[in-house]
Amino acid sequence: MSTILERPWVDVCALTDIPQRGARRIAGASGPIAVFRTGDDEVFALVDRCPHKQGPLSMGIVHGTSVTCPLHGRNVDLASGQLMGADAGQGCAPRIEVRVVGGRIELAAEALR
Amino acid sequence: MQNEAREKLIVIGNGMAGCRAVEEVLKRDPDRYEIVIFGAEPHVNYNRIMLSPVLAGEKRFAEIILNDQAWYTDNNITLHTSCAVTAIDTATRTVFAEGGVAERYDRLILATGSDAVRLPLPGADLQGVITFRDLSDVEAMVKASAIDGGRAVVIGGGLLGLEAAYGLARRGMKATVVHLLDILMERQVDASASHLLTEALKERGVETVLGAQSEEIVGRDGHVTALQLKDGRTLPCDIVVMAVGIRPNVRLAKVSGLAIARGIVVDDTMRTSDPAVFAVGECAEHRGQCYGLVAPIWEMCRALAGTLTGGDETYAGSVVSTRLKVSGVDVFSAGRFAGGDGCEDIVYRDAGRGVYKRIVLENGRIAGTVLFGDAVDGSWYFDLMRAGADVSDIRETLVFGQAATEGLRGLDPSAAVAAMADDAEVCGCNGICKGAITTAITAKKLTSLDSVRAVTKASASCGTCTPLVEKLLRLTAGDSVLEHKGPKPLCPCTHCGHGLVRKRIVEQGLQSIPAVMQAMEWTTPDGCASCRPALNYYLLCAWPGLYRDDAQSRFVNERVHANIQKDGTYSVVPRMWGGMTSSKELRAIADVVDRFNIPAVKVTGGQRIDLLGVHKEQLPAVWAELNAAGMVSGHAYGKALRTVKTCVGSEWCRFGTQDSTGLGVKLERLLWGSWTPAKVKLAVSGCPRNCAEATCKDIGVVCVDSGYEIHIGGAAGLHIKGTELLTKVRGERDTIEMIAAILQLYREEGFYLERVYKWMDRVGIASIAARVADDAAGRNALFERFMEAQRFSQDDPWAARAAGHDASEFQGLGAPLRVAAE
Repeated sequence: MSTILERPWVDVCALTDIPQRGARRIAGASGPIAVFRTGDDEVFALVDRCPHKQGPLSMGIVHGTSVTCPLHGRNVDLASGQLMGADAGQGCAPRIEVRVVGGRIELAAEALR
Repeated sequence: MQNEAREKLIVIGNGMAGCRAVEEVLKRDPDRYEIVIFGAEPHVNYNRIMLSPVLAGEKRFAEIILNDQAWYTDNNITLHTSCAVTAIDTATRTVFAEGGVAERYDRLILATGSDAVRLPLPGADLQGVITFRDLSDVEAMVKASAIDGGRAVVIGGGLLGLEAAYGLARRGMKATVVHLLDILMERQVDASASHLLTEALKERGVETVLGAQSEEIVGRDGHVTALQLKDGRTLPCDIVVMAVGIRPNVRLAKVSGLAIARGIVVDDTMRTSDPAVFAVGECAEHRGQCYGLVAPIWEMCRALAGTLTGGDETYAGSVVSTRLKVSGVDVFSAGRFAGGDGCEDIVYRDAGRGVYKRIVLENGRIAGTVLFGDAVDGSWYFDLMRAGADVSDIRETLVFGQAATEGLRGLDPSAAVAAMADDAEVCGCNGICKGAITTAITAKKLTSLDSVRAVTKASASCGTCTPLVEKLLRLTAGDSVLEHKGPKPLCPCTHCGHGLVRKRIVEQGLQSIPAVMQAMEWTTPDGCASCRPALNYYLLCAWPGLYRDDAQSRFVNERVHANIQKDGTYSVVPRMWGGMTSSKELRAIADVVDRFNIPAVKVTGGQRIDLLGVHKEQLPAVWAELNAAGMVSGHAYGKALRTVKTCVGSEWCRFGTQDSTGLGVKLERLLWGSWTPAKVKLAVSGCPRNCAEATCKDIGVVCVDSGYEIHIGGAAGLHIKGTELLTKVRGERDTIEMIAAILQLYREEGFYLERVYKWMDRVGIASIAARVADDAAGRNALFERFMEAQRFSQDDPWAARAAGHDASEFQGLGAPLRVAAE
């Protein structure tokens, strides 16, 4: 049996603290982090900076598993942080490790330190 | 192998898992064990999943018995009913039961199942509070339903809760389901299917209250009388059924010293921490997972029987699927129905039949599915999913099901429509079958939906068969027919244009975003950033006071009631009625600027003061101060009435012909707060010198000696466009009514983001004049509808938010609460 050393996680909020198809923002080690909840209750976290012109993705409209930046309408894939559609490959909002345990959202501790 | 002294196998739990485990053992080696079963309930083993149909009166108890008395006798099984085991001594391998019974075992199976969770609400111990777990619960519910006009509240909108509510409704009770989340059966279905489910339940007499938290069960003389919700609502009722989930029953295992997590921990051979003790069913926890469904339990029983008879079957966990047992409502769900990282969705909706299907693919394989309304292919998808079959080749027809895929392989995705018989009815309202439509298309060379409607009447009434008629038109006359001729689709999620969407919302009484998406066969699960704000506006406009605004379908500016800037800060513009202000207001603005260190203050083109660089978290406090000085939101951020710009008019100006400032203030006080398809700016000039620049506004008034000229359709932004004169009115009061009517017509007809001048270009100024200026009755009706809508929109969004509404929107998540131990 191998021992897997898991990263430490930090509890940030309950799943229900974020509206469905919505997002909230938390201070991270290198700038704000956007935590998203989709209509299907999936949770994603990205550095809260659009790859296009640094818009706050946490304030965009969430649809399916993507978010539309409020500044210039660029679509960002929540799972990868990549720009989508015609802008694909033009940049990426870094992903933050996130998980949901028993209805609570936890972020990788290293992203918050 | 038959021994004189057989090993003794004791099973604790006479339920589905315990008995199935025994059956599996008998099947493999009928003579190996002497078998003893202990059951806490007084019955033989019955099919617990079929309790819902028993409750609904669709089955009798006798029909759901799985193992009758003869089975126990024939297989030489000793059965102790109503005999709860109280302790196990694993050292001496002895079980102790009520009534002083003690029996030794060689192998022991724990199949203690699970208990219904009871919410620890005040009043939870009142009479009439029931869970839904076993036959005695069903009996209690059946008894309660005998009261004439009885009312039942079911807490929990999961599978069991819905089945309970349906059963009670079938028995004549008025049943209401109260669910904590906004989605019913959220662990099995997505928002679209939940919406259809809500509707289907309503048709079957079950009301649903979503997003509602229970606070207290109220009673009188020891018996329940109502459920009190956190939001203050009270639901009177005679019984409360708690269906909020199950918890593995681990009491016995715990006191006997076996390893417990959520359930009794077992390995792949179903063995617990004691080598002679096994656990199976809902009480067991395997690889961190507890199951509450029957299929995994059968799989566990097979692995367990293998272990007990020297076979090498093991259990590796289950992929589960769920089906709702409510007559006439087909719901099927399996796997990761919600998609996710690297997944793609295939969504199919058939509004006419109330069908919604969503298949989630990952790397060419099915990762999950949700089916509503037509779930016959559920097991086929489930088999493909479990087998990990590559479905890339059948992708095109996959969503149409097994018959279409296997029978019509290689045909295009419209195969299902093509395969319809000629005498299959397409339009139910007018009784038009497929053959009549295709014949008409060919014979009369029809190329548009309207012409098909005109000739055949198909889809000309309620319109729900429109998509099917369009598919027939494409199939018969060629794909190109509709591609270039129809109106531009609202967005890539739909083939419908704005006009059709608006029309259908009103005609079909669609009152929510999921309802529109289903009825108009959206191809995405929850739309996109283009269609959601549009639908939110259309619904708000069509159903004032009824439709609940969806904040998550609004652009951030309209959600936070301020204007986002390039650095993520916001600008705040207080309303200044008609451009008038006072020393008191200016002083309050100055104080706010100082107190919050607002970096920039600017005078706008619409005669307002703009405070720039306010942080989102500061907004409620900034508004509270502006509110205190009597100022409200200026809506400078919305698709809404922005400003009414005025000149000083006859009050001061030596050329002024009318009181333009006064009229501007009156207009703004009447029109503010209304949501519109795009932003709306007005101006009132006191004379034809037009200092308020009224002739480049959406609606402009130019005062003249003999009255008021009303101009519309100007713009001075991306496009520069002078207004056109719509009409001239004599009195101030008539002017105000006329303008409100124009605005209402625009609200009802404009496409989302279509400015007034574009709307005017599309419908023609003559058409607007005919309905507003020349038709007094029509104008009056428009005015009345506008005033009705204003009843629900003229509350200051700033005041509400300063008082705490939507507070989470303005706060970041706080400091981390705790480090998860791991």
